Amino acid sequence: MAKSLLVISRQAPWSGLGAREALDLVLAGGAFDLPISLLFLDDGVFQLLPEQKPEALQQKDVTANLAALPLFGVEQLYAARTDLVQRGLGESQLALESVRILEDGALADLINRHDQVMTF
Amino acid sequence: MFYLPMKFVISVQASPQSPASRRALKFAQAVLSEGHEILRIFLYQDGVCNATSIPVLPQDELDLGVAWAEFIQQHQLDAVVCVAAALRRGILNTAEAQRYGRKASVLSDSWELSGLGQLHEAIQQADRLVSFGGS
Repeated sequence: MAKSLLVISRQAPWSGLGAREALDLVLAGGAFDLPISLLFLDDGVFQLLPEQKPEALQQKDVTANLAALPLFGVEQLYAARTDLVQRGLGESQLALESVRILEDGALADLINRHDQVMTF
Repeated sequence: MFYLPMKFVISVQASPQSPASRRALKFAQAVLSEGHEILRIFLYQDGVCNATSIPVLPQDELDLGVAWAEFIQQHQLDAVVCVAAALRRGILNTAEAQRYGRKASVLSDSWELSGLGQLHEAIQQADRLVSFGGS
């Protein structure tokens, strides 16, 4: 049986390459049909904000790549409720509809049930 | 104490200036000296800058690029650099330098440029993934 990988994405979308390179790893895993999950944690939840207008920073839109996740077979998408609330982000305004919101206690369970974990 | 030999994949995501990269090399050396196996060392994000011996360091400082290259050569290890992460940071081999019309090829001979699939494949084969320099 294939080993499962949890990628934890903790960087805001425009604070460097972390968000993009985490997503690239997840999409590559999806392309190989591997069981892969993505958790948005800490400032990583900012990646889920719609209408980010990255062209003002001469950057590419990460939300387009996020939308590609289900097409790559990546459906295990999670975000930490505490981090959303602390940053004033409502569940209804997220760019990814299929993301599941987890309470703090459920985060440990999520990490525990994966074979491998990488953080970005 | 007796340990069953295990297969490790070591991922390095931090720049060679970061203590995480030094720890990664120390850890890799310890893995082998304890009788375990390293299936693959994989460089991603700023970790790709560990794959060059071009930087010039003061003589009394550890040159991590050289240390990695020697360690990999000595043990004939499988050592892979994410090509996408490497290209955007200027870590090119001869073929990529020619392809993009760049003046310099800076990748050490010990390392090979390849895709993220190589990391996923190694993770599937390994008993342990240990990553250094993640956020």
